[in-house]
Amino acid sequence: MSTGVTEKTQTTIGGIRRKFAPWTDPAAVPLIRYENVSKRFGEFTAVDNLSLDIYEREFFALLGPSGCGKTTLMRMLAGFEDPTEGRITLAGQDLVGMPPYKRQTNMMFQSYALFPHMSVWDNIAFGLKQDKMEKGAIAARVDEMLKLVKLEKFAKRKPHQLSGGQRQRVALARSLAKAPKVLLLDEPLGALDKKLREETQFELMDLQMKLGMTFLIVTHDQEEAMTVADRIAVMNHGKLVQVAPPAVIYEQPNSRYVADFVGDVNIIEAKIEAIEPGNVSLYTAVGGGAKLSIAQNVEAKPGDAAFVAIRPEKVRVDLEPPAWQEANCLRGEVWDIGYLGDLSIYHVELEGGVRIKAAKPNLTRMVERPITWEDKVWVSWTPDSGVVLTS
Amino acid sequence: MAAKAPGRWMVVAVPYLWLLVLFLVPFLIVFKISLSQDAIAQPPYEPVFDLAAGWDAFKEAFSQLSFDNYAYVLSWDNEFIEAYGSSLWIAGISTLLLLIVGYPIAYGMARAPKSVRPTLLMLVILPFWTSFLIRVYAWIGILSPEGLLNQLLFALGLIDEPLQILATDTAVYIGIVYSYLPFMILPLYSTLEKMDETLLEAAADLGCPPIAAFWKITWPLSLPGVLAGCLLCFIPAVGEFVIPDLLGGSDTMMIGKVLWTEFSVNRSWTVSSAVAVLLLLVLVVPIVFYQNVQAKEMEGR
Repeated sequence: MSTGVTEKTQTTIGGIRRKFAPWTDPAAVPLIRYENVSKRFGEFTAVDNLSLDIYEREFFALLGPSGCGKTTLMRMLAGFEDPTEGRITLAGQDLVGMPPYKRQTNMMFQSYALFPHMSVWDNIAFGLKQDKMEKGAIAARVDEMLKLVKLEKFAKRKPHQLSGGQRQRVALARSLAKAPKVLLLDEPLGALDKKLREETQFELMDLQMKLGMTFLIVTHDQEEAMTVADRIAVMNHGKLVQVAPPAVIYEQPNSRYVADFVGDVNIIEAKIEAIEPGNVSLYTAVGGGAKLSIAQNVEAKPGDAAFVAIRPEKVRVDLEPPAWQEANCLRGEVWDIGYLGDLSIYHVELEGGVRIKAAKPNLTRMVERPITWEDKVWVSWTPDSGVVLTS
Repeated sequence: MAAKAPGRWMVVAVPYLWLLVLFLVPFLIVFKISLSQDAIAQPPYEPVFDLAAGWDAFKEAFSQLSFDNYAYVLSWDNEFIEAYGSSLWIAGISTLLLLIVGYPIAYGMARAPKSVRPTLLMLVILPFWTSFLIRVYAWIGILSPEGLLNQLLFALGLIDEPLQILATDTAVYIGIVYSYLPFMILPLYSTLEKMDETLLEAAADLGCPPIAAFWKITWPLSLPGVLAGCLLCFIPAVGEFVIPDLLGGSDTMMIGKVLWTEFSVNRSWTVSSAVAVLLLLVLVVPIVFYQNVQAKEMEGR
């Protein structure tokens, strides 16, 4: 029991997706190491004393708002920026001071940066030609890459004769052609429309598994990071806020920042009353005053202020007070309902003015819902669905 | 659609009318003079079309036109062909020098911080605020045997006797490169400035060192600017008259100078007209070539 819920959940969640979690293995040697890396542009600190290990075959996502330093972190690995302080190693080799054209990383640029005066074929062959590879071998490799991204028929076209999705695939093929130790993807799907983006995300995952390569992706789109990555690093102001698999980031955020950045969340101010192993009891003044109970270990003491974060899909809305549980029940009134087709989002105003969101799947085709505007309702959740946050 | 047509037609007509009145009509007059014969008269050639004299007189005048002047200009015995060749040669070398001097300047400007680019652009255009003629005269003061350049070299102890630069082809090259430099820099700058710098990052990322990346990426992508700059310099340089006249020597042969001599010294309007028409033909070839390339470029987009 002393291992606690958090750790147990983490291994389970990590294991569900893929049986791949080298970061939990103390003997595993990281492929990429950032050691106390800082990068300053004049007065502005883009990356602030940051350390991070990324393992071979990992699909790693750097997630954060624009200006959080995620792109700078990636560009330092590619060699376009040098860290102001600290060390970056790739497979044990110190990268600082090494020019980009000598590094064994390749990047897929946000703008794709395809050479406009070269055909698709020449674009993909460009990197191979730099290695003074033999002509037959280059041709074979380019054809292999074209096949991989399903662009065999477009080899002779120029970039401007392709659609956005095709250009994206050329850029991908070009960056994969040299079989780099790490593939860097800078907002690779930003320019695609939603449908194509979702398709491409799965293609990327597939490709990464098939090739067994290490992928590092930079994105501000949390859904994209959740979909593709083995682990996500959430960044803010040049620092890592949390580094964990997607399910942990979503279900066990370590701070209000992460909870709020990834997905939708309700945050309720509360005060810790009692702590037992695996359970925290709290009291909140909102919703007419209520006892809260969350099944979790927390590093705090009774009397400390804390926040309870609860995802909308985990909140129940009932007309009657829930008889099955005492804690986590708050009174309120339906303030607004958002109908999204698959879901209805109930905005409930709790007594005391705090608004809480509850998502209810529309499981039947019923048009009239039992709960409607201005109904007095109870919102509730189970102890194992909320999270206590102290920061 | 039909209602709009007259307005649209007028918009299109204005430039055509301009070209017709100010380019085609004068050209036809010059062409007609080139087919006439010298005469001691006012104007100094014949025949003269006199519409008042009636149809027969017109036909008579028309039959007197001949291509004799062209035969004269194109004959090897006269120095015209040599002057054409020498003009093309001087203009060609000058254009090459302009490219070598202008490209690094344009490149540096395009890669300069955004905030200083307007200032740099201003500095390139600034010489235009002084008369072209005065600037060329100023070079006489610099290049002459007692000029600033020789004085400087003396003072530095690099030479014992003055360098003879003025009145040589070298002075013509210096003059042309100096005067035409903005026409080379501006088109180069505009193409280089538009170039996406991430292309160079991509090249470096794929293992291409900076110098190789220049020749494989920057240079081919700047070719439209190179071509525009070269033609903007080459075409007027071929017909250049002021610079070879002021800075060149008596053996500097350029067609502009020959044309001037033919017109003002020999007083032959007809031969100088033929020289001018032939010069136009020589220059039309590169212009047509340029337009062809441009059309292809547009298709590319």
